[in-house]
Amino acid sequence: MAIRVFLVLVLFLSSAIVSFSLYEDQAGLADWHQRYIGKVKHAVFHTQKTGRKRVIVSTEENVVASLDLRHGEIFWRHVLGTKDAIDGVGIALGKYVITLSSEGSTLRAWNLPDGQMVWETALHSAHHSKSLLSVPINLKVDKDYPITVFGGGYLHAVSALDGEVLWEKDFTAEGFEVQRVLQPLGSTVIYVLGFVNLSEAVVYQIDSKIGEVVAQKSMVFPGGFSGEISSVSSDKVVVLDSKKSILVTIGFIDGDISFQKTPVSDLVENSGNAEILSPLLSNMLAVKVNKRTIFVKVGGEGKLEVVDSLSDETAMSDSLPVADDQEAFASVHHEGSKIHLMVKLVNELDNVLLRETIQMDQHRGRVHKVFMNNYVRTDRSNGFRALIVMEDHSLLLLQQGAIVWSREEGLASVTDVTTAELPVEKDGVSVAKVEHTLFEWLKGHVLKLKGSLLLASPEDVVAIQELRVKSSGKNKLTRDHNGFRKLILALTRAGKLFALHTGDGRIVWSMLLKSQACERPNGISLYQWQVPHHHAMDKNPSVLVVGRCGSDSSAPGVLSFVDVYTGKEITSSDIGHSVVQVLPLPFTDSTEQRLHLIADTVGHVHLYPKTSEALSIFQREFQNIYWYTVGADDGIIRGHVMKSSCSGETADEYCFTTRELWTVVFPSESEKIISTLTRKPNEVVHTQAKVNTDQDLLYKYVSRNLLFVATVSPKGAGEIGSVTPEESSLVVYLIDTITGRILHRLSHQGCQGPVHAVFSENWVVYHYFNLRAHKYEVTVVEIYDQSRAENKNVWKLILGKHNLTAPITSYSRPEVFTKSQSYFFAQSVKTIAVTSTAKGITSKQLLIGTIGDQILALDKRFVDPRRTLNPSQAEKEEGIIPLTDSLPIIPQSYVTHSHRVEGLKGIVTAPSKLESTTHVFAYGVDLFYTRLAPSKTYDSLTDDFSYALLLITIVALVAAIYITWALSEKKELSEKWR
Amino acid sequence: MAKLTLVFFLSFLIFSSSIAFQSDELLVDDDEFGLEGAKPRSTDLYTSSSSPQQQQQQSPTIRRRYSDPTDLDSKVQFTLEHAFGDSDFSPAGTFSARLKTWSHGGKTLTKLRFSRNDFSAEEKDAFKNLLKGDDFYRIRLPSNVVSPPGREFVVASVRARCLPRDGLDEHFIIHMEGANILAVSYGSPGACQYPRQFKLPAKWSFNSHTILKSSEQAPRTPIFTEEILGSENAEGEVEPPPERSFWAKYWMYLIPLGLVVMNAVTQASNMAEEPTGGQAGGAQVQQPARRR
Repeated sequence: MAIRVFLVLVLFLSSAIVSFSLYEDQAGLADWHQRYIGKVKHAVFHTQKTGRKRVIVSTEENVVASLDLRHGEIFWRHVLGTKDAIDGVGIALGKYVITLSSEGSTLRAWNLPDGQMVWETALHSAHHSKSLLSVPINLKVDKDYPITVFGGGYLHAVSALDGEVLWEKDFTAEGFEVQRVLQPLGSTVIYVLGFVNLSEAVVYQIDSKIGEVVAQKSMVFPGGFSGEISSVSSDKVVVLDSKKSILVTIGFIDGDISFQKTPVSDLVENSGNAEILSPLLSNMLAVKVNKRTIFVKVGGEGKLEVVDSLSDETAMSDSLPVADDQEAFASVHHEGSKIHLMVKLVNELDNVLLRETIQMDQHRGRVHKVFMNNYVRTDRSNGFRALIVMEDHSLLLLQQGAIVWSREEGLASVTDVTTAELPVEKDGVSVAKVEHTLFEWLKGHVLKLKGSLLLASPEDVVAIQELRVKSSGKNKLTRDHNGFRKLILALTRAGKLFALHTGDGRIVWSMLLKSQACERPNGISLYQWQVPHHHAMDKNPSVLVVGRCGSDSSAPGVLSFVDVYTGKEITSSDIGHSVVQVLPLPFTDSTEQRLHLIADTVGHVHLYPKTSEALSIFQREFQNIYWYTVGADDGIIRGHVMKSSCSGETADEYCFTTRELWTVVFPSESEKIISTLTRKPNEVVHTQAKVNTDQDLLYKYVSRNLLFVATVSPKGAGEIGSVTPEESSLVVYLIDTITGRILHRLSHQGCQGPVHAVFSENWVVYHYFNLRAHKYEVTVVEIYDQSRAENKNVWKLILGKHNLTAPITSYSRPEVFTKSQSYFFAQSVKTIAVTSTAKGITSKQLLIGTIGDQILALDKRFVDPRRTLNPSQAEKEEGIIPLTDSLPIIPQSYVTHSHRVEGLKGIVTAPSKLESTTHVFAYGVDLFYTRLAPSKTYDSLTDDFSYALLLITIVALVAAIYITWALSEKKELSEKWR
Repeated sequence: MAKLTLVFFLSFLIFSSSIAFQSDELLVDDDEFGLEGAKPRSTDLYTSSSSPQQQQQQSPTIRRRYSDPTDLDSKVQFTLEHAFGDSDFSPAGTFSARLKTWSHGGKTLTKLRFSRNDFSAEEKDAFKNLLKGDDFYRIRLPSNVVSPPGREFVVASVRARCLPRDGLDEHFIIHMEGANILAVSYGSPGACQYPRQFKLPAKWSFNSHTILKSSEQAPRTPIFTEEILGSENAEGEVEPPPERSFWAKYWMYLIPLGLVVMNAVTQASNMAEEPTGGQAGGAQVQQPARRR
């Protein structure tokens, strides 16, 4: 009895402790954060201060970072803006990292040890052009040689010390394109080589002290240049002519230009078009011709001579000075599952300094780039290490014949994410190893009890924290009761699929997309292909990966079916048609494979899987399958319906033609589509109705076929603030995608995009900029169904005289009404998502990815159109918040707490089995995962619930009951004897 | 001429009202357009053949022109075209309206009228085929009324079986942006049953309802300072909260207490079943003691 009371009390207490946000010691329990940098473009080794060896890299994700050469960890990292692409990186004065970005218009210096910005200089820029950075290599730290930067048509000399522009020279003359800026070592003359209209070579000699043109020479080359250029020494470059068949050596010693022509056919027999490869080798150049790489030595008089030839799949590094005025370079080529790393001297190609063979994972693809670095071994000989970038964007350091470390940088460019279940725990699979013994379990709980009773010593606190991080087998590879353990499947731009464990974010498996038709398909999107839960239980679930051969939308597509449990590709197919849109249908066949339609560029749709069973299911529903296309360029949204099999044109019985049903034509002079959005197809809505305070019912208009469209005036499509409020307006629409009806249309005068929106149940929340108020705004639109409003009478419901179970058709005229309300929002937004739970009962939270790369959780109650200035008592009890003009940003409600998801691109939510909890996964350059409970964990005890305390209390109470019982017996006996 | 029209109009009214009530309401004011959620005030209904209607619709326009010479309005006409299934589009009716040009350069369409051509014999057959096959009846309008067809036609479709009632009931909602037509919603005025039954219309004449809609302006975001709100809240808090019932206040204590009592009672009754009266008496004594 007392126990029951106690239990009731405990339950009350546990629910009464309302934690709005995370406590400090809860950080890192359910969440993890991984830092990446992206595919490396440039790497500069820094070896001067030998104590801390590090490499400076710049990447395609606009990251400049300093990595530890020993472990591959990030010392520091800066993520530049999305439009601030890095053009060059170098080290100046032995202590500054210099980066040139934004097409040569921004030059920055970062302090090498800690990554603090030292100075930043905005350079004058006139037009788009090549941008070149040359940082003088000087060993004397005290002397300040200027950095020469070419970009935007101007040559600048910038002091490395403080970023001051010493002089600038205008090269914006008509048709003049600067190709190379060269400065012989120790010389005060800078050579600027450029082409006029790709037919005339011009060389300027510039005094590096004052920026004056000392001499200018030009010479016309009759054949014309192709623009491919390689500098082989400080006074020579090699160029391809416009037909790509003649190599031209341009020498400009002392300002005199000389041409030396060598046809490629003289070097290689039966040569096709040649291509100059990028590695910089001293007095040598690498040319790709006839699918082979040839090394061409450039003699003193510009004579060319083939010295070696390699197979095509060879990656090379730039050459590097080693001892005795020798230069060496590294090359890597594949052989089966192994790669061979060779370091050779440039002058003597037969002299191989290093030859290493390393076993390489097949799923990393080919080697893309090699960066070489030398070091002095313990025996004073030369050692070499190589940083290699693979096809899947991963970064590896090779040294002494082994992979010292690797970084999966592909995860910095995730394009699509889905989640998958882990396998069910089988009887045969022993999990006892992961579980603790009873004694340890008890010990842990006693520790926790100590912690909760504030008796723990500092060591105990540390032990408790460790215990909690490792707790309850959260990293096991089997399904758990609450659905907290899951796989996050992430498809990257490089076409690699990763499975990450939600427990600790480790990579469970990874798989590189392959194709017969092309070398390197790009990953586009990811779909749940087969999720067995009723039939075909012996099958493993699988996902469909859609890829494309090439970046053009008309390029042929590639499908790959991947087993989720094992990460093995089941089948893959080159489908022979392009992929514009993939439509998962709400039908599955007997093995629970979901039917998918893939639309191509010629207007046909193709059914997958290509089985007769799928075809018969599809034929049955043929009449009811509609789809739509959004033409963002021409501003037309079209609805389509299936017409017939396209057997007339092709023999493919899984191919169908469609016809146009409806169009929405936005006037091109006043509206331009900037955003479209639909509901998540797998979203669950628990209640169809909403009860008002006056006991009135509002029926939600819950339709899967609603499309949210936002348009702006074409003038207002640019940057915020580029137009006046009168010139720009924003119009939002809710369109039924079956009939093309516009159900809601609202225009915001004086507002501008970009629009970020989220669509869930019957509401849309969107974020835009209000030019009149100079603030960001958030508007909520809720759409309600009036045709079912008569179903309020209880008797009608009881007697079955309602239309709630009647089939709904889009061809009925919808009787809907919308409610909307706007609020100011103080932050600029990158993306918005909404939490999703298993049954949709739990209240929702908006997850707003802010400009600071953090995620803010905002209760949906704050964006409720029923908010009023002075809610009545009844409304307050219902939970309606008094209306304010702006939405609150509560610092505690950042779900990313102290982390930043750099370069945030998207947020994905997935329900767990426990209704209160949802998985949140955010990706960008970084990855972040956490579990959220928008209405607190009302359906489970918290992880740190002290079972020991409960147990001890129960034992104590039982003991007390027995003792008192014995005592009372005794007393009663003695009273009876009296 | 005008007299003749009037006579015809009246007779038409009488004729139509004898069948069923049909609104002949004309457009009263331009401002009434575009109120989404408002009653379809701009509804024009015509059931008879098209030839007399053309006379009818011309008369008001002419009158307006004479009465208001400074008016910048111009009369526009655009055709409705229809197609049966995959057939080509052919003219099916004419919309005529006045285009009002505002001083700030904006244009709005007012006084929309619609004359529907009746089906020809071939069209009737084609429509019957549509009904049999549950196929689509498609219509289209130009996307610009000043220079039709504009950029592209605005197309809408409906399953043919949704249209027949007594006659053929159709309902247009034309979404306008200045002189541009964005989209047209087309279908039956009410519900369309699913599964759709094959049913031929009793009369082969159209009941057309038309609504023009333009964009609704979003309300300005209310701006008020936090101080005002704060003070209002403070005032609200000064008021004593309404007295709650005893149960509402103390339910969280009462339920456990109730549990305790129930437990005690069950235990007491169990013990009471045992023969000795003294123990039962003891239990009775215990019970009130617990309640305290």
